[in-house]
Formats: sequence, C-alpha cells, structure tokens
Amino acid sequence: MTQVTLRQEGQKLTAILSGEIDHHSAALLREKIDERAAACEPKELILDFSGVTFMDSSGVGLILGRHKLVETLGGSVVVQHAPDTIRRMLSIAGIEARE
Amino acid sequence: MMKAVNTVKITFPSRSINEGFARSALAAFAAQLDPTMDKVADVKTAVSEAVTNSIVHGYADTIGLVTLTASLYEDGTLRVVIADKGCGIPDVKKAMEPLFTTGGTERAGLGFAVMKSFMDSVKVYSKPGKGTRVTMTKRLKQR
Repeated sequence: MTQVTLRQEGQKLTAILSGEIDHHSAALLREKIDERAAACEPKELILDFSGVTFMDSSGVGLILGRHKLVETLGGSVVVQHAPDTIRRMLSIAGIEARE
Repeated sequence: MMKAVNTVKITFPSRSINEGFARSALAAFAAQLDPTMDKVADVKTAVSEAVTNSIVHGYADTIGLVTLTASLYEDGTLRVVIADKGCGIPDVKKAMEPLFTTGGTERAGLGFAVMKSFMDSVKVYSKPGKGTRVTMTKRLKQR
C-alpha cells in the first residue's frame, strides 16, 4: 500500500513516502502533498524515499512536479534516503539524493 | 528465433490500477528462471513504463485493452510484448528521446530511456490510429 506521512516543523515540510510509486499511486501522493504544501507554503519540502519499495519514472515526475510547485511558493525540494533500488532511476533523471 | 519454453498472455483494461498488477504478474512468471532480485526489479520497472505509456498516451481519453505477452526461452532470455490498440505514436524516434513528453508537467519523459537502460533490447512499432507494440528482451539467467 502506497502511503505518505506529512510532518511539518516550522517552514519545513517532510513527506515520508512508502510502498510502490507508479503513475497510479503518484496521483494520490501528489494530491496529499500539494494540499498540505499549498496550506503551509514551506521553504523546504523534503521528500523521504526510505520506505519506497518500487518506483518507475512516475516518481521522477512526482519530484519534478513538486519542485515546480514549491519553487513558485519561493521554496525548494530535497530528496533524501533513497534506497539502492531507486537510485538508478534517480540517476537517469540526474536527481541527487542526500543521505 | 529460438522456441519459447513457456508463454503467458494477459489482457486487461487500461485502468491505472492495473499497472501494479501487470508488473507483479510478470515478476511471478519470470520467477520460473530464478533470476536475481535486481533483474526482477529491472523487468518490473520496464513493464511498468510500457504499460503506463499505453494507459496515459495510447488510451488518453478512453479505456481500451492492453495485452502483455511474456515468453521464456531456453537460453534464459525473457521476452515481453506490451501491445495496445490506442492512438499510436506519430514519430517513434522523437517519442524515444529522453525528456520528450506530451504528458504535461507530471511526466518526466523518461519512459523509453528507462526501458532501454533496464532491458537488453527495446523495439517499438507504432501506427497512428492503430496502436503501439513494445517488444523488450532481457537475459535473466546464463545457461
């Protein structure tokens, strides 16, 4: 089951993602993250992939789409804790994940 | 072409929930060759990309049928064909360029690049108005 847990600390919003991210589940994740981001206008949106077991290029679309949204709000997106299984996907897209 | 040792064919409607079904079904079929986890993950990702293309682009405004045909060969090769009868691709070469997308800001335009990177071979045959067929192979096991 794909899920997102959202945690807010001041200007920082963390989205802890888990399960499988594909085109189907990305739509649900996008809705939940965007709703909260629009309400709290974070300076930093952290996407945490530690619980993600599968991701296709829809996950890259999810990251790029959030980047565009948060940028318009004057903030930035950070990708962190990407398991080895999704690192290759991120590297094809030129996205760096921090530890 | 070598003779297939085993073949399965699955047809399903182009609903996005079936993206997960298609890649899981293929992984279960490929398990007959006892491949490594990494190779299974590669094949699942490539199939997810091809099926998503059929759903998002082939049948953009409608629900149609997607057919997944998978075959295992004596030399340990897996061949997967994802076919739809959707709108087709006017310019396959352009569609296969990394970052090219007609899917809007939420699509990365990396589907074909990922398929090529994760599989040994990817061939795309498409006819506008008729549909698209993606054929991919990967050696899962050395003999």
